[in-house]
Amino acid sequence: MPPAPADLSRVRLHVVTGKGGTGKSTVAASLALALASHGRSVLLCEVEGRQGIARMFDVDPLPYAERRIATGLPGPGGRAGTVHALHVDPESALLEYLAMYYRLGRAGRALDRFGVVEFATTLAPGVRDVLLTGKVFEAAKERRRGRDVRSYDAVVLDAPPTGRIAQFLGVNSELAGLARVGPIKSQADQVMRLFRSPRTAIHLVTVLEEMPVQETADGIAQLHAAGLPVGAVVVNLVRPQDLGAEQLAAARAGTLEAGKVRADLAAAGVDGAEGGPGDALVAGLLAQAHDHAVRRELEDAQRAVVAELGVPVHELPRLTGGADLGGLYELAAVLKKSGLA
Amino acid sequence: MSRTTPRTGPRSPTRTTSRARFGPLAAPASSAPVLDVDALLDDPGTEIVVCCGSGGVGKTTVSAALALRAAERGRRVVVVTIDPARRLAQAMGIERLDNTPRPVPDVAGSGTLDAMMLDMKRTFDEVVESQATPEKARQILGNPFYVALSSSFAGTQEYMAMEKLGQIHRQARVDGRYDLIVVDTPPSRSALDFLDAPERLSRFLDGRFIRLLLAPAKGPARLMTAGVGLITNALTRILGAQVLRDMQTFVAAFDTLFGGFRARAESTFALLQADRTAFLVIAAPEPDALREAAYFVERLGEDEMPLAGLIVNRASPAAQGGLSPDEATAAATRLRHQEPGSTTAGLLRLHADRSRLVEREAGLRARFAAAHPTVPTAVVPALAGDVHDLDGLRHVGELLSGT
Repeated sequence: MPPAPADLSRVRLHVVTGKGGTGKSTVAASLALALASHGRSVLLCEVEGRQGIARMFDVDPLPYAERRIATGLPGPGGRAGTVHALHVDPESALLEYLAMYYRLGRAGRALDRFGVVEFATTLAPGVRDVLLTGKVFEAAKERRRGRDVRSYDAVVLDAPPTGRIAQFLGVNSELAGLARVGPIKSQADQVMRLFRSPRTAIHLVTVLEEMPVQETADGIAQLHAAGLPVGAVVVNLVRPQDLGAEQLAAARAGTLEAGKVRADLAAAGVDGAEGGPGDALVAGLLAQAHDHAVRRELEDAQRAVVAELGVPVHELPRLTGGADLGGLYELAAVLKKSGLA
Repeated sequence: MSRTTPRTGPRSPTRTTSRARFGPLAAPASSAPVLDVDALLDDPGTEIVVCCGSGGVGKTTVSAALALRAAERGRRVVVVTIDPARRLAQAMGIERLDNTPRPVPDVAGSGTLDAMMLDMKRTFDEVVESQATPEKARQILGNPFYVALSSSFAGTQEYMAMEKLGQIHRQARVDGRYDLIVVDTPPSRSALDFLDAPERLSRFLDGRFIRLLLAPAKGPARLMTAGVGLITNALTRILGAQVLRDMQTFVAAFDTLFGGFRARAESTFALLQADRTAFLVIAAPEPDALREAAYFVERLGEDEMPLAGLIVNRASPAAQGGLSPDEATAAATRLRHQEPGSTTAGLLRLHADRSRLVEREAGLRARFAAAHPTVPTAVVPALAGDVHDLDGLRHVGELLSGT
């Protein structure tokens, strides 16, 4: 079992995965913003054809090319970095790949016309994932060659969901086993070398509910088995923590005192008087506290499971206003403070 | 049967007390018509309910709750789930994934409920076995391209869910074991996968490239010959001769099945379009989930699929007491000033947080309703706890029907 990478500053490639509905794209975007400080240049990649980055950052749909989309979170000295984004689609990646390695300019286009590109990218075993990971690998290179090509200090990949992540990242090892020589073999070997090195960290996003936590545990086991480096678990959408343990226990047991609440409300200038409309308010506050406390207890049980996973944990609050662009910076600041970036 | 004012949930009009000081967004979220879930489930004309929506919105739980409610209201129901949470599966007695419906114990009333978990590869294998001779089937099942197609082709799971639905429906017509089938659909990468899958699969198998691979076996395809050399040379160069041979064997072996697959895809599509089918789109009150829901609604409309309504699951229950979020926050700050650990201050902050969430969700739903004013909608308030037994499912069923 490989140890979690101790030194995140050495990590060039941050892979962010998570179950549907846990907010993995939000976390990937926030992490990119958090990493892009002190003049550092970060690339945020998406590979699932959803144009989620364009929506989150409120820009036009992204092409198969790197575009500058945002300024990062300023560091303590006030200096920010830049975030570029790249939308990787397998068809474009295949044509680029054919042109690059086989100089198949004309033949490549003919393949496209005959539906070979569709065939290769939808059916041929694993080809799709090879192309997607290959492009990400290329973008993550320390010194990229070519005109108008940027090199980045870090790359954040908004990756496929937890259930598929080990297979997705491991696809090149199967390929390297199949092809014994040639450019495919050498590229696949290089990709796996990066993915398995301390320069890569795979972060799993979860929420404190039974199924996502279970899937996270399964995902970590699969990544370990595949020799892929797990970075951290990011617990997302954490409920507000306004009540302490004793208060929560009282709320669950229904022993919070209505009289005390009523008196406090009066002291704060809110009408909570008995026999008036304040009754509904007091009852409402207590009922809400009960539901909240029950949910917090379930969350705590899942939090304990997460703590046993043997992986660093970072928590992100549920933003009441939703994760709009401003919210992404808020979350980036939390990630920075908790040391993920 | 018409519903009276719902008892719980943000669907109910905001209580107008003398203290009500909410903003306009806290008013009833939308003028969308109310989805009458019980009427839908009780109607003997409803034979199939398809639940679709993006991942993480509680689709499986809603499907199971609908199925249980229908069964306890007297229908003979089978629910086809994709990937239920372990404890939910245990509650329904389907811990094993073996593609066979099994009776769910302890269902009340005169109806029955069976549940099954879809095994996509097994379903595909069965189709091949039923369509081909044993020898040919063996040949196909062992081919690496078939293995890829049946386990990782984008859309296969969606296609197989529909295939299974078709099978169960045909069987039920013969033996009358079920009069209602509830189908949970896979969390598609995009809303379109699931409706496109049958069409994509058959278009794909009928594509030019497949024809090209078949060409040597079927004599000269004159129009293509110019390209054939170029293509096969390029492919051999990249993939090697063995892979190309595998591909050709697979396509040749599959060729005889194409007709069968296309016909099945078409009959499944027709089944979905029929009046006895009802589509329910499930969403959470989040921008992404509602955007996906909007896609579904529009796509179902374009394909003339019978949309029964939208279910907004896990909505934040309305905050009671008519204190605005700003007032609650201000009061909490005053109390914290006097007593840092004040419980009441904590309660007020929770209240403010909840009210803001409810406002935001109501705003999102109002926008959805503005764009889709005719879609009947049911709102299911979030539960404090998880659902992992039949009582929990019953409770969700009650919330779904607004009783």
